[in-house]
Amino acid sequence: MKPAPFDYQAPGTLREAIDLLASNPEAFVIAGGQSLMPLLAFRLATPSLLVDLRRLSGLGNIAVGDDGFRLGALVRWRDIEDDQRLVTAHPLLHAAVAHVAHYQIRNRGTVGGSLAHADPAAELPGVAVTCEGEITLFGPAGSRTVRAGDFFTGPLSTLRQPDEIVTALHLPKWPSGRRWAFRKYGRREGDFALAGILLFYDEDQRGALSNAHVGVIGACPRPHRLTRAEALLNGRGIDESLIRQAAVTAAEEVDPPDDLHADAAYRRGLVATLIERGLRAAAQQGSA
Amino acid sequence: MIGTNRYIGSPVERIEDPRFLRGRGQFVGDLKREGMLHAAILRSPVAHGLVAAVDASAALATAGVRAVITAKDIGAVPRIPLRLLPLAGTERFLQPVIAADRVRYVGEPVAVVLGDSPALAEDGVGAIALDIEELPPVPDRHISGRDEILLFEEAGTNAAMVFTGVKGDADAAFRDADYVRRDRFAVQRYTALPMEPRGLLAEWDAAQGRMAVLGAAKVPFFNRDTLAAMLGLSPAQVDLIENDVGGGFGARGEFYPEDFLIPFAARHVGRPVRWLEDRREHLTSMNHARQADCEAEIACRSDGTILGLRGEVFVDLGAYIRTNGLIAPRNVAQCFTGPYRVPNVRVTSTALLTNKTPSGTYRAPGRYEGSFFCERLIELAARDLGIDSAEMRRRNLIGAGEMPYRLPRLEPGGPALDTECDSGDYRETLERCLAEFGWEEKRALQGREIDGRYHGVAVACFIEGGGAGPKETARLDLEADGTVSVYVGSAAVGQGLETVMAQIAADTLGLPLGQVRVLHGSTPFLDEGYGAFASRSTVLGGSAVFEAANALLARIRAAAGARLGCAAEQVEVADGCARAPDGRALAFAELAADSLRVTTAFGNDNRMTYTYGSAAAHVAVDLGTGDVELLDCLVVEDVGRIVNPLTLHGQAIGGVVQGLGGALLEHLVYDANGQLLSGNLADYLIPTATDFPKIRAIALENYRSPSNPLGVKGAGEGAIIPIGGLIANAVANALASFGAMPNQLPLSPARVWHMGSAKQSTGSSK
Amino acid sequence: MRVSFRINGDPVAVDVEPRLHLADCLREVLSLTGTHLGCEHGACGACTVIVDGAAVRACLMLTVQAEGASIVTVEGVSTDESLSPLQIAFRKHHALQCGFCTPGMLTTAHALLTDEPDADADRIRSALSGNLCRCTGYIPIIEAVLEARAAYRNADKP
Repeated sequence: MKPAPFDYQAPGTLREAIDLLASNPEAFVIAGGQSLMPLLAFRLATPSLLVDLRRLSGLGNIAVGDDGFRLGALVRWRDIEDDQRLVTAHPLLHAAVAHVAHYQIRNRGTVGGSLAHADPAAELPGVAVTCEGEITLFGPAGSRTVRAGDFFTGPLSTLRQPDEIVTALHLPKWPSGRRWAFRKYGRREGDFALAGILLFYDEDQRGALSNAHVGVIGACPRPHRLTRAEALLNGRGIDESLIRQAAVTAAEEVDPPDDLHADAAYRRGLVATLIERGLRAAAQQGSA
Repeated sequence: MIGTNRYIGSPVERIEDPRFLRGRGQFVGDLKREGMLHAAILRSPVAHGLVAAVDASAALATAGVRAVITAKDIGAVPRIPLRLLPLAGTERFLQPVIAADRVRYVGEPVAVVLGDSPALAEDGVGAIALDIEELPPVPDRHISGRDEILLFEEAGTNAAMVFTGVKGDADAAFRDADYVRRDRFAVQRYTALPMEPRGLLAEWDAAQGRMAVLGAAKVPFFNRDTLAAMLGLSPAQVDLIENDVGGGFGARGEFYPEDFLIPFAARHVGRPVRWLEDRREHLTSMNHARQADCEAEIACRSDGTILGLRGEVFVDLGAYIRTNGLIAPRNVAQCFTGPYRVPNVRVTSTALLTNKTPSGTYRAPGRYEGSFFCERLIELAARDLGIDSAEMRRRNLIGAGEMPYRLPRLEPGGPALDTECDSGDYRETLERCLAEFGWEEKRALQGREIDGRYHGVAVACFIEGGGAGPKETARLDLEADGTVSVYVGSAAVGQGLETVMAQIAADTLGLPLGQVRVLHGSTPFLDEGYGAFASRSTVLGGSAVFEAANALLARIRAAAGARLGCAAEQVEVADGCARAPDGRALAFAELAADSLRVTTAFGNDNRMTYTYGSAAAHVAVDLGTGDVELLDCLVVEDVGRIVNPLTLHGQAIGGVVQGLGGALLEHLVYDANGQLLSGNLADYLIPTATDFPKIRAIALENYRSPSNPLGVKGAGEGAIIPIGGLIANAVANALASFGAMPNQLPLSPARVWHMGSAKQSTGSSK
Repeated sequence: MRVSFRINGDPVAVDVEPRLHLADCLREVLSLTGTHLGCEHGACGACTVIVDGAAVRACLMLTVQAEGASIVTVEGVSTDESLSPLQIAFRKHHALQCGFCTPGMLTTAHALLTDEPDADADRIRSALSGNLCRCTGYIPIIEAVLEARAAYRNADKP
């Protein structure tokens, strides 16, 4: 399982990297390589050139500020896990990343790589979509920003053009005290999710939910929000009845695949379970 | 004849370990030769078809590609013979060393490319234009059984063999029974999956006319003879060398097409050739295993006494009969009833060919499947009759007073294949297992929902047939420095062979362990050898070493007595010295000039040993996700005699975890076109460190084997046997209120979830 | 392409094709065959090495990406002819049978305990969940790593 032959460049600037992509239509970008290398090994991808981003500076930072969070494309899962600020500043992001693959993978896999690869079961695309993040791309025409909800178009498919590079993910501010949950179920630890859910909501003084965001991974061709479930939650107080209704609605709203690991009916049932348990946990957060 | 046993029975740390811990193991992939070429294999991408053309011109023009070998270059070579059970009629279904005009499974070798590096050879494979006219595939055993699409037209059938296991009069027993129940069960196709894929390094010495092949395992002597015949050489011209082996479990080491193709390639081009299997090709090339389904019925008295058992088992064998492909179908017919007293049995086991990778043995072949079918049936009967699971086993286990207990007679085979449970008290291990597990407390949880999960417990019992004959050989040499070299025909597959054999030799000869070195497996060491399979190495290899060591001891005593002027019987041997009654002594090194060497073959008249035991499990089932968590699992087994408790315990834990993988995770999934869907380790799931942290194993040595001087019983395969039935029954008990029928493995989350969300139909019963 | 890095403290320079992954470079070019290939697609962990202090899968890294890196392989887990405390613990607990997954287990455990000498059993199991073993059933491996923690707690930190 050796890759087909390719040339290799590790440019020192983003502009050089873009120029290489623009002049080599069969070039691929490589960062951590944790998703790309297996594709090369199986010869499912046979690029003529790999453009390695490892020498680019300025893409490895996590910025936490008043306007939210900015994760550079070369930020690794390990960097997010090690960043103590994020434990409280963005607990959903921190929790989701802890579930990515395995210990060794988390030492090399990157934010940009995960977004560009767009596996429908991947955690970070789920976070980006659920939290209404924005993805910055850099190409021959300069920088542009795409809403995460639009960016992922299908399994392993995004709006990124072949001559563009993902440079950053921006996530909005996260107020402290926000209620959230991340739930994933895979067959073994570190496996891709058979289904995963990400959710958060705010509560007003009367205990009514607002701003509900519910996202799904793994039981769908691309990560997306469950808008009917969100609409059901907003304006109501959380109780067992609402939780069950939300679970049922979510199960109806997803369109899961059948594959060798699980059928669609099971994945719907799994989504319902995860929504139920996630909402229950979110509702109990902060209580003694 | 063993004096102070200071090693046998002790948890001696393994001699093998330092080199593995330092990364200095010598696996075949770690070896190179000057001028070596690398082989990559073009394999059929379709399950069934006629080979119209293999055009290698573009491959030969690819940089770094040195040769392409196809059937045309190989000419007429015998098909791969059966090592075991070469019964009449099997010759119709043997695999050729390379596909010539027809391919019968995805992964079947079609061409060998030799290149300057593995990557370049693989580039060459990609450049071969393969033209195959597809034929309709036989994707499963149901279609196979109709004999409409045939894999071998001349044979006129896809049924490769039918075995029948018979005892007493099953039909009469069913007529007279108070209770009868019939159900269907199925075990999935999966595989041994050793962590090291296969590999071979072949060197042809044209001047000497000698072929050397490194990377041998399991049965090097049989493979040497087979290869020699295929190459037109005498066995004396072929050496198969065993290096370090990254796990076997029954699958590695049998004679595969590559075992011919790589040596042939080396001779063809006159350069050493190394082939290292990659994991993707491994999953379509290494023996598959276990896939079997049955319709089985049990007949009981109303007090739960089993009167009879009938079953029709169908084994999905794959496209050819492999060297040991009939062992699992045979074992399922003969060993279906396991450790239970069933006076009337009729089980037929039909091996059917399909367009899938052929299957062979995998740890407890046929026994695991049979145990699953039998334990499920017994549990269903117990539930219907209102009898506690443990009590049902207690009432029906073969008693200590019934030994030896003859298992069903097999046809074809007859008396030559008869086998009997040798010694033991099966109820003793059951009671010990129940007590250590806490059965009385835990069964109170049966079917209860606690914190959102349903709890279930189960117990199952097993016998492990080990120590398969015919024999094994050992040679012991007293070296000039006073150490002893032990050459044994057994093969090392990671089980600690070097240490166990050294313990036996060292104790017998009264030597410190460090003065014994063990060399194994490679054909130049001995004139004949048999290898490591059916848990035979300690039984046969160990007994051969034991007898050879005793013979060497006698020779040492005689030589020392002659030199010291006393009778041989008066010589005392300890710590590497031979001492006369008057106190004068000679160190072993001083006796080495006498050329003290002994070769012994030990055979046991094909009497198998039967390790036996019981296992219990406690599961919690989450119907929201279909997750089955194993909260506790305990295996208790009596192995007759323990040579090394550390390595024995390792076999038990390792076996249980493999069994759990089979019960819950592993599955080689094929589609209707004969394409393997689970073709990598992200889709073919084996247990990891987080899956099953709570497993215990206890080994007893209360009943020695009567058929070898050490009294040991083969113990590498026992612990895996009951796990399928055990977990299925625990899940069934947890979900009893849902009428769940976990009759099919693996119990994936989706399958379990569905059990909780629909009522299951029950089998018919009277 | 010419690539320079450090292996077990020693500087090396190799000339390799871009497509040669780090595991193959270690095994075939540098003859350090302790790092094993069990799958070549990042699923089994047998190829784990430590790059700049972090455990990584050497089959998922190109040699050319190792420029300037400091790499520790299983051959470097003990620094002289005796076995390290981690290796001694593995032997004591019979945490290896065929030995094929063992190098990856050792490097992963070494990296983990160097950073987290107080890792508990759950953390150890989780960190090793990406290292497949077919022989031992994992339980003795976890026991060995737990026992080895004492040596890492006492070790001088750089």
